[in-house]
Amino acid sequence: MAQTVFAPWEDPNEKPLIQFKNVTKRFGDFTAIDNLSQDIYTREFFALLGPSGCGKTTMMRMLAGFENPTEGQILIAGQDMAHVPPNERAVNMMFQSYALFPHLSVWENIAFGLKRMKMPTDQLTNRVEEMLRLTRLTKFAKRKPHQISGGQRQRVALARSLARAPKLLLLDEPLGALDKKLREETQFELMDIQEKTGTTFVIVTHDQEEAMTVASRVAVMDEGRIMQVATPAKIYEEPNSVYVADFIGDVNIIQGKAQKTSADGYDIHWADGHEPFHAKTSLGLADGQTGFIAIRPEKITVSADKPEGAMNAVKGQIVDIAYLGNMSTYHVKIPGGLVIKAQAANTRRLSRRAFTWEDEVWLSWTLTAGSVLSE
Amino acid sequence: MRRFTWFNATALTLGFAFLYLPMLILVIYSFNASKLVTVWAGFSTKWYGELINNDAFLDAAWVTVQVGVVSSTFATVLGTMAAYVLVRVGRFPGRTLFSGMIYAPLVMPEVITGLSLLLLFIGIGLDRGIFTIILAHTTFSMCYVSVVVSSRLVSFDKSLEEAALDLGCSPFTAFRLVTLPIIAPAVISGWLLAFTLSLDDLVIASFTAGPSATTLPIKIFSAVRLGVSPEINALSTIMIGIVAVGVITASIVSKRAAVKQQQDEQAAARAT
Ligand SMILES: Nc1ncnc2c1ncn2[C@@H]1O[C@H](COP(=O)(O)OP(=O)(O)OP(=O)(O)O)[C@@H](O)[C@H]1O
Ligand SMILES: [Mg+2]
Repeated sequence: MAQTVFAPWEDPNEKPLIQFKNVTKRFGDFTAIDNLSQDIYTREFFALLGPSGCGKTTMMRMLAGFENPTEGQILIAGQDMAHVPPNERAVNMMFQSYALFPHLSVWENIAFGLKRMKMPTDQLTNRVEEMLRLTRLTKFAKRKPHQISGGQRQRVALARSLARAPKLLLLDEPLGALDKKLREETQFELMDIQEKTGTTFVIVTHDQEEAMTVASRVAVMDEGRIMQVATPAKIYEEPNSVYVADFIGDVNIIQGKAQKTSADGYDIHWADGHEPFHAKTSLGLADGQTGFIAIRPEKITVSADKPEGAMNAVKGQIVDIAYLGNMSTYHVKIPGGLVIKAQAANTRRLSRRAFTWEDEVWLSWTLTAGSVLSE
Repeated sequence: MRRFTWFNATALTLGFAFLYLPMLILVIYSFNASKLVTVWAGFSTKWYGELINNDAFLDAAWVTVQVGVVSSTFATVLGTMAAYVLVRVGRFPGRTLFSGMIYAPLVMPEVITGLSLLLLFIGIGLDRGIFTIILAHTTFSMCYVSVVVSSRLVSFDKSLEEAALDLGCSPFTAFRLVTLPIIAPAVISGWLLAFTLSLDDLVIASFTAGPSATTLPIKIFSAVRLGVSPEINALSTIMIGIVAVGVITASIVSKRAAVKQQQDEQAAARAT
């Protein structure tokens, strides 16, 4: 691609829009956010991913100004936000619970923030109509929130937060209640809005596919800490820990003892009496240290015979097959009892050539297919 | 399932008879043609007519209405503010003490409230009259308003206010545009309750009323000491009517609107 890649986080001259500086948030003696530092740049689409209760909403609420950090600092556009109330921040948030005003119609809900800006009436009307069209709510403009469906409410909440065209938009699971088609359309709509307005998005999602689609960077969180921040591709291909690998997509984790063989080559001894697996990593592991190979199912080849010259090959027995239409996932039990998932595209309709239950097969992968992790 | 049995019916009848028979008799005798309270001499509305010409009673009634409207309005404003702070402003030093103190007047004997107010007014040299009654009524009825409003606020979804702030409202605007409209039924029923309480009150009013202004209950009470006249029956009937309308409206308003609002709110707050 000729166009320059959007990666302001790699540019040392770029000023971040949001800076978390050693932020800790405690509720009583419970630590919801644990000494977190993170920069987020203008025009980013920053996705927060993590299990329930890991502190995603808390991070959003601190950005919106509903919670103050117990320790540390949050800067937006270089300004310390400690004493800036929510209504004076150029930030809008879409609430996980939607928080629609029950006494106002859909139209008035969307217009609410615009009226506070003292926008002239005709401009305001246009803007609301635009938002209604965008979220396909024109038909429901006169209804009250309790008279529309859950997905429609979610769209009202989205429209309401978008209406003011803020510099920073916080979306707490904005698309969870939408069906797949509408969700995808809305995702593209969001990316489009972002393209046009240059708004910075911080988005919480439970749907990693969504994070992969929309995000410029993904942060995987656990228990109030960010475990890894990287582009979707990098986080998928090069997770830095078993936790991240496991959280994003399907993965096989093979545990073993590491042994250095070359500058960046390692052998992972995963079972006595079997040839170790070979892998490359820039990570420095001590000999004998526990190491993990994380390998995605689609990177493993299934074959009837041992492939010639494969760096890593192991024989096993198929215990389960999941047919996914365009793909099949084979669950193969290898010596030691570990079940490895391998995915193969169903390119041919010749079902008689496919493997079936109880078949002995060979699994193989290349030197660089898996990542070596130390934790 | 509960069934209708004779026992239930009897219990119900007895209970209601106990509650309402005295009032019923009063209402009936207010339409008595005879001047003697205990002797029935045919139906007449003449006592109602005579009431209209009784300036002392009319003055007292006017004072009572003024006191009721003004004091319940003050009480509603103050009570709502107190409830809002106690429910919303999370923890602050002395919060438990404050919330305890705001409810204490509910259980305080009225005589004590009245007496303490009287001492206060004398102490600060305030002449007793309509103004002092208003102050006194505001004081005790704001606790009731605060109880009614805070029970509504407890179930109020705080994120609605946050959303309002997020969309550019100052805390006060957020309260005015979002919180208040939503809790309005509770506030209105609080007002009605305060108004009814103020109409009813004899004890506190008699401590704080002065020669320049008396309320209807005081007037009735002192008139009765000279003997019950059918005129008073008529007056009492009217008061029963007003109070009944007030209480029934209050309960209907709060029940219906609060239930509906809460459903709306919950529906709006939850996904699907
Ligand atoms: N006001 C509060 N008081 C006490 N604990 C809180 C409060 N708000 C959040 N927490 C706790 O902080 C932790 C993080 O909460 P948060 O809402 O940020 O989770 P989340 O990552 O958004 O989860 P989910 O995906 O379920 O929405 C949770 O364990 C939660 O119980
Ligand atoms: Mg959350």
